[in-house]
Amino acid sequence: MMLKGKQSWVFQNRPVIEASAVSGGPFEGNGRLAEDFDIIHEDLWMGKDSYEKAHTLLLEEAITTAIKKSGCETEEMEFMLAGDLINQITPSSFAARSLSIPYFGLFGACSTSMEGLALGSFIINYNGAKKIVTGASSHNAAVEKQFRYPTEYGGQKPPTAQWTVTGAGAAVLSNNKNKEGKLVTTSATIGKVVDLGLSDPFNMGGAMAPAAADTIIAHFKDMEIDPSYYDLIVTGDLGRIGQETTYELLRKYGVMLQRERFEDCGLLIYKEDQPVMSGGSGAGCSATVLYGHLLKQMHKGIYSKILVVATGALLSPLSFQQKETIPCIAHAVSIEMSD
Amino acid sequence: MGRKTSPSPVEKGYQELQKKHELKRPVFKNCIRAFLVGGFICTIGQAITYFYIYYFDFTEQTAGNPTVATMIFLSMLLTGFGVYDHIGQFAGAGSAVPVTGFGNSVISAAIEHRTEGMVLGVGGNMFKLAGTVLLFGVFSAFIVALVRTLLTMWGVL
Repeated sequence: MMLKGKQSWVFQNRPVIEASAVSGGPFEGNGRLAEDFDIIHEDLWMGKDSYEKAHTLLLEEAITTAIKKSGCETEEMEFMLAGDLINQITPSSFAARSLSIPYFGLFGACSTSMEGLALGSFIINYNGAKKIVTGASSHNAAVEKQFRYPTEYGGQKPPTAQWTVTGAGAAVLSNNKNKEGKLVTTSATIGKVVDLGLSDPFNMGGAMAPAAADTIIAHFKDMEIDPSYYDLIVTGDLGRIGQETTYELLRKYGVMLQRERFEDCGLLIYKEDQPVMSGGSGAGCSATVLYGHLLKQMHKGIYSKILVVATGALLSPLSFQQKETIPCIAHAVSIEMSD
Repeated sequence: MGRKTSPSPVEKGYQELQKKHELKRPVFKNCIRAFLVGGFICTIGQAITYFYIYYFDFTEQTAGNPTVATMIFLSMLLTGFGVYDHIGQFAGAGSAVPVTGFGNSVISAAIEHRTEGMVLGVGGNMFKLAGTVLLFGVFSAFIVALVRTLLTMWGVL
């Protein structure tokens, strides 16, 4: 039985994360994790004639680099699971067109990275595939164009706003029997859509915090473990406000996280002096930080068990204008170093 | 449209908890900055007005048009070179309210949608921010003119 508790999967066959790769833009190149990127573009256009094409390029590069690092060929990939924030997830689908891998397009806003990793692990675990590539991406200018104002518009952003990451992260999963010294996914908790009535699109962290807390609580309940099981619990893109709120919310529900073992990808990716307000966000945020920085840290032995909780705000510019509140979701995947 | 029901106790409780962590806009600081930058932009505008009066054949009444055109031209350069959005983040209303802010909203949209072509992209989206200002500006001008006309007809003015 793979379903554990109400909404969690246990991957007893332990799908292996063979390799991962991340690409990023100029702002990420100046960020704190610049060295963890495989590819950094100096220019937001990336030699393309639209930001949307640059967005597609980011994902293509992350996926091809990840496949190359895994020592496989693109043709060996049985499925590709990817998504992004653009209408009809065109950048991911266009990347799937050029890569020509059988493709599942996913949309979970910024939680897509873990939605892909959870589903990919599920498929591998049940022998639905031998090799799968999964990824998520976002491009600051392309996403801002769709969700907010033109990039050069001089509107003042409040301190609760977040900065959309330009970047893509991808990972190759396999059913490799030899798991020694490799990273494996061990369980996943699928979140439900939570909406506690926040409606400010310039405060995504505050809106997403209850979804993150809900999934984290469900994970520990379903798996019958407590937070001390993990060396690190990392959320996707809650930012400063969302992270503080989640922390307090969890304490209120009796889940006592250790503050120094609770991080947020949106707070890890940039330096203090970069003008990102409350932190990074976007589908590429958790994807680049996990598949670049965090997996490297795990290989170095700094962490051996982590829980990644990617959070997504499921709004659209239209739903916001129609005064809808912001529904949010979070998916958690547990990654462990196999011994 | 939207959810009409008032927040449930759970929602209320959460919103209060969230409020504690939410960073507030620094309103006082923003006002000071807006005052200084807005004032600075207006000072430049005033200087340009004098320039047109003293060096060209303009009067105080007619110098407005070339001044506005020049200010919008400067705003266009600053927007195109990617400076105006940084000024905007610093100054807020200070750079949004003067005519340069209006110029910025038109020009930034035009630049943004250049990739969708001249007609559907630039043409169709140029006024997507400024359009509402134009519509309600014209509409309120119409109302004011109407009131004035009626008052004049009735001999009040």
